Amino acid sequence: MTQPGTIEAERSRDIRKRWLLSLPALLIVLLAATGPLLIVLLYSFLTPGPYGDVLWKPSPDGWIGVFLERDIFTETLSLADAHVSIFVRSVLLSLATTLVTLLFGFPTAYFIATRPERTRELWLLLITIPFWTNLLIRTFAVLQIIRNEGLINTLLMKFGLIERPIQMLFTDGAILTGMVYVYLPLMVLPVYANLEKLDFRLVEAAYDLYATPFRVLTKIIIPLAKPGLIAGSILVFIPALGAYVTPSILGGGKNLMLGNLIELQFGQGRNWPLGSALSITLMLIVTVALLVYVRNVGSQEKRHG
Amino acid sequence: MARRFSVQRQTGFATIAIICFFALYLPIVVLVFYAFNSADSLSSFQGLSLRWFARAFENRQVIDASIRSLQIAGVAATAATIAATMAAIATTRTEPYRGLTLKYAFINQPLMVPEIVTAVALLIFFARIKIWTGYNGLGYLIAAHTAFCVPFAYLPIRARLENMDSTLEKAAADLYATPWNAFRYVTLPLLWPGILAGFMLAFVISLDDVVITEFVKSAGQDTLPTYMLGQIRRTITPEMNAISALFLLLSICVVIVFFVVNRKRV
Amino acid sequence: MKRILAGLAVTTAVLAYAGLAQAAGELNIYNWGNYTSPDMIKKFEDTYKVKVTITDYDSNDTALAKVRQGGSGFDMVVPSQNYIPIWISEGLLLESDPGKMENFKNVAKEWADPEFDKGRKYTVPWAMGTVGTVVNSDVYKGDINTWAIVFDTPAELKGKVNVVPEMNDVIDAAVLYNGGTKCTGDLTILKKVRDTLVKAKPNWVAMEYGTIEKMLSGDFAASSDWNGSALRQRLKNPAIHYGYPKEGFVFWSDNLAVLKDAKNVENAKLFQNFMMDPENAGMNSGFHRYANGIAGSDKFMPADMKGAPEIDVPAQFASVGVPSMTCPPQVQELYTKIWTELQK
Repeated sequence: MTQPGTIEAERSRDIRKRWLLSLPALLIVLLAATGPLLIVLLYSFLTPGPYGDVLWKPSPDGWIGVFLERDIFTETLSLADAHVSIFVRSVLLSLATTLVTLLFGFPTAYFIATRPERTRELWLLLITIPFWTNLLIRTFAVLQIIRNEGLINTLLMKFGLIERPIQMLFTDGAILTGMVYVYLPLMVLPVYANLEKLDFRLVEAAYDLYATPFRVLTKIIIPLAKPGLIAGSILVFIPALGAYVTPSILGGGKNLMLGNLIELQFGQGRNWPLGSALSITLMLIVTVALLVYVRNVGSQEKRHG
Repeated sequence: MARRFSVQRQTGFATIAIICFFALYLPIVVLVFYAFNSADSLSSFQGLSLRWFARAFENRQVIDASIRSLQIAGVAATAATIAATMAAIATTRTEPYRGLTLKYAFINQPLMVPEIVTAVALLIFFARIKIWTGYNGLGYLIAAHTAFCVPFAYLPIRARLENMDSTLEKAAADLYATPWNAFRYVTLPLLWPGILAGFMLAFVISLDDVVITEFVKSAGQDTLPTYMLGQIRRTITPEMNAISALFLLLSICVVIVFFVVNRKRV
Repeated sequence: MKRILAGLAVTTAVLAYAGLAQAAGELNIYNWGNYTSPDMIKKFEDTYKVKVTITDYDSNDTALAKVRQGGSGFDMVVPSQNYIPIWISEGLLLESDPGKMENFKNVAKEWADPEFDKGRKYTVPWAMGTVGTVVNSDVYKGDINTWAIVFDTPAELKGKVNVVPEMNDVIDAAVLYNGGTKCTGDLTILKKVRDTLVKAKPNWVAMEYGTIEKMLSGDFAASSDWNGSALRQRLKNPAIHYGYPKEGFVFWSDNLAVLKDAKNVENAKLFQNFMMDPENAGMNSGFHRYANGIAGSDKFMPADMKGAPEIDVPAQFASVGVPSMTCPPQVQELYTKIWTELQK
């Protein structure tokens, strides 16, 4: 089909076709997600309206407020340590959530991918069924289990293993459990989609060469599953950064998460420019991290072949 | 029973998977159990009764909201999956070309913004259109849901496509299959698990969305999550458990239908 | 001049009557969730052949932001009294003049001419209540009529106190506890407020809304709370009591208004009038469990609400009640900073 000399033309036609194919997705995202964000960018440079919204008067205060803070009592400017500690808390929680979902999600996805072909999709559906119930209801169900008079404590007391209920609700452990519970399918599904096409002849070959199961796992399966693991980690990590429903219900809501902090500015705080600036900061950090990630992974793939 | 050696076996993986499934379903069992509670609150169990199901059925707001949630999720997840599949094909298995990384970042962008921000931006943007056109139907919610579902559908499909062998498609093309036929009979079947995973993710993500929906909805467009959000400051009754139980029942029906249809196909 | 006024009055009356006669069609109400009695709505629908649609919101700020942007098709809204001056000054409400409606005579004297809507030109009372404390007397037997329950938590209650995370309510309480006045911008008071809050927080087990359920299950032994919520708790567990803090407590009200861009103005006015009927208001109270500001409506409330100490403020506490009001933007900014620092 390809004649020499037309390779260039072929390639540019291919690229044009690729742009056309991605057009619907790009358009819908532009129209109903990214485009409107320009409004937020604009708002971050305006003055807060007295009762929410903005006044059309330029002001850098929104951006200054992200990083610096004028102490209301001493009037001194200092690093906004409240914002920093809230940011750090959210990042740590997201990291922990991603790690634990990886730890549980990968073997689960592997398990599903190695079932007989006919039942695989059933297992996959089984993963998503719990998520047909609302997030709030699901979180409340977790709460029923770990509360002082909940299932776990009642059972433990019945068997005489403990005297008094263990306080599990309103702890960091409770938050992490809830987050993992909520985000697990976001890990399992992409990892599965990737593992499902794993060629087990490679694994067989490795065993023929007397590789141990562990070496097979780390040297063959995991590298091959990498795109899925990355997709899953992104899908868990980023939404977890902005999560606050689960942390407030299971953690007791005594500490703000990034999501709360931003929502506060658009709500009772009535500082839309600060809220806008905070969210753009978050977005930039995540985008840069993601781009670096994709670049590195991309170049690695090329090295592989 | 002596286990036959299998190349697929990894020690402990099955155990972890079983633990995962157990942990996933334990709260669900509790939830359904409490749907049959006769007491007024979620905190004590007093006996079996169907009163919360009856209450839920009488509550027009809840019924409307549930149906609306399913409608939006169905349409938005389908649209997002189609768009994401096309985009995934366009962004994988190619030499890097100009704009590829940008495209990738762009499609995933809805993931990167806290929901409240997209919500406020959409509120301002859509309000202008609502006033300008006078139309304030479900279209806005569907558009917003489709947009934030795109990355959730895109990532699993892309993960599936990446380093998927393209020789079969090339072979089909060499045999003068039209691009559509090559896609229909070669790419699509290979891609199917990724598409299914992507669709299911998009569907549950849409079903769960609160904040964006809260800000975009017009009069009479409560979904189940926004209805529940409104209740949080008052009291949440086991009525919600009953509704959730019904949703579960529905999802199980879908699974059974799916399974039966699949059986026939195989 | 008099003749013109009289003429106007007659025209309005005729128009109003015409509106009454024509009323049919739809009505879109934007209200707090779980706050509208379905039976009462049914009665309105049957009487006036109007289809009512209720859409929920979860905070004053969301409702305000949405309506301000416009285009969502709502006819009526139920803002809290501290937000009503904002709604009015932003020109979002229609001057429907409920003060001149037929049923206005039923509005209780103290709610007939409130500060936030002089002469009731825009709004009709929907619900009103107070912010105080709830305490389980099985756990703590001391004085509950004080914010010390939350801010200087007694030993028995340490680690068992919850605070409902409404920023303004919490800071107001701490201001009153430190001898300040509502909406104060006085930095010496606010410094004390911050110190009080920061010192008190380690004694709290949580900051969340689910008080009814968790007070009943024993996860909380005390909390800051709204009175209607306290009533529901006591009805289930007689050991739970509602305290009116002697340092001062805020009373609030939510009020029904017609929006300026409403499409179904006549139906909305009908509904305002309908809500000032004691029977309808009583029916609604039976559902949301708060008082409603309509005289004679208690006859139509459930028996357990009559004379309930949570609903009728006992005489000895009435004098320390402070009305909820809008704080100036600069003060609000200080409050947000204290709140962020408290939860950092």
